[in-house]
Amino acid sequence: MEVHRDDEASKLGMWLFIFTELLLFGGLFLVYSVFRAQYPANFHEGSLELSVTIGTINTIALLFSSMTIAMALSAIQKNNRILSMRLIAVTLLMATVFLFNKYIEWSMKFEHGLYPGSPLMPHLERGDLMFFSLYFFMTGLHALHIIVGMVLLTMCYFKIKSGNLNFQHYIHLENGALYWHLVDLIWIFLFPLLYLIT
Amino acid sequence: MANNVSHTTEYKVLARVVLVLMFLTFLTISVTSFHLGAFSVTVALLIAGVKGYMILTYFMHLKYESLLLRILVAMIFVLYAVIVLITFIDYAYR
Repeated sequence: MEVHRDDEASKLGMWLFIFTELLLFGGLFLVYSVFRAQYPANFHEGSLELSVTIGTINTIALLFSSMTIAMALSAIQKNNRILSMRLIAVTLLMATVFLFNKYIEWSMKFEHGLYPGSPLMPHLERGDLMFFSLYFFMTGLHALHIIVGMVLLTMCYFKIKSGNLNFQHYIHLENGALYWHLVDLIWIFLFPLLYLIT
Repeated sequence: MANNVSHTTEYKVLARVVLVLMFLTFLTISVTSFHLGAFSVTVALLIAGVKGYMILTYFMHLKYESLLLRILVAMIFVLYAVIVLITFIDYAYR
């Protein structure tokens, strides 16, 4: 018996979820904008503490991973399973590079006593406190999305391997890729707003 | 059962898009390295907007989606712009 399937509806559902994600991060960007307008000098000094080099490497890693996952979808649509699986593997590798850099970056802050709930944080000026709190919360929530994306894409990898995800039935990879592009889209705004404040 | 209506994007199109995105990233970094004050955040956000538009259009296939979905996505950004506008009017006049 043929199981009912509606890929259009699945995709629309994924988009509706993406809208909620956009508004979730949108709310944080709004808080950021208001406090940046109130404390421009503190936000500028705060951003100087962040490494533009690591931020740039992470931007390139995410942009590249966005391309490879889009190619993985094209590959499965063309019934090229091996290429699709390899491209998902490259995407996961780029995600690991991103998270490793984030770990290095956060470790450097932790060494200077800057982490959520640290004894130093309440003694900072209000503007600095807002900048670093928003930095940790926004990059932390974004990194959590990277981890979720990696889990989704790993599931797609094994579904292609088992044949459940194939050139006739690839909606899981299509939605997984949409989620991954969302993570990239958010980072495109986080990068200039946190690292490149003048 | 044929239930696949999704458009297949060619590899070379995706590769070209990512090259433009990387170029725009370096453009943002070089523009913000000059201290242009309020101008540099405007430019950085404009470039980020162009990059976001390209990701939505090519990577997220909105170019090949139904008009309904494209309008829905556009409306979310309009809604967000209205929220930002109202918030800043509130802060400016309190």
